[in-house]
Amino acid sequence: MQIRVQEAPFDYGAESARFTDGCNGIGAVVTFCGIVRNDGGALQAMEIEHYPGMTERALTQIAEEAARRWTLADCLIIHRFGRMTPGEKIMMVATASAHRADAFAAADFLMDYLKSRAPFWKKEFSGDSAEWVAAKDADEAALERW
Amino acid sequence: MTLDILYFAWLRERIGLPRETVTTEAATVADLVAELSAREDRYALAFSDLSAVRVALDQDLADFDAPLAGVREVAFFPPMTGG
Repeated sequence: MQIRVQEAPFDYGAESARFTDGCNGIGAVVTFCGIVRNDGGALQAMEIEHYPGMTERALTQIAEEAARRWTLADCLIIHRFGRMTPGEKIMMVATASAHRADAFAAADFLMDYLKSRAPFWKKEFSGDSAEWVAAKDADEAALERW
Repeated sequence: MTLDILYFAWLRERIGLPRETVTTEAATVADLVAELSAREDRYALAFSDLSAVRVALDQDLADFDAPLAGVREVAFFPPMTGG
């Protein structure tokens, strides 16, 4: 299990390849990458604030819960903080399992939980305005299916 | 007891500081919020709608009726928006 919280960009291709190569012969790898939307050109930048210490702790707890629920050979979470522009990669998850069902389900679970249970907050900058992104009811409701 | 209190996102902006150390006898999170809100308007404003505020005690999510005994670090922040 690998958890990384960092300001620097990451190489999604290289990380995916390294993760996959590390799961030698395991059967199934699922990867997901979250990217800053350009919102039709309106968004200039996004800033992500986080709670150092709790962030790593929450992500570890979420990954451990995924490993309890599904049979995983490995999982990886990388999440950035700081300022990003449209098109930049914000975060990625990767899961590895003997069969695809567990890998897909665990990746979906990790995403649902880290959206509303990991201490990150997004602020969007467009034109003269800067606004904190409000949490969506749908994101909270998404947790109920697990 | 002495507590480190951390504020994030718009709570940090409204209160005007990222962290502070307070000495308090508050028994629960709700008591602490009431004590801070009574201090100055900026706190009262930040805590005016607690449905929009989350709390963590020593880096674990908690409820507003949670006791503060033994706690070192309290963090207040809006609902999280990761991913």
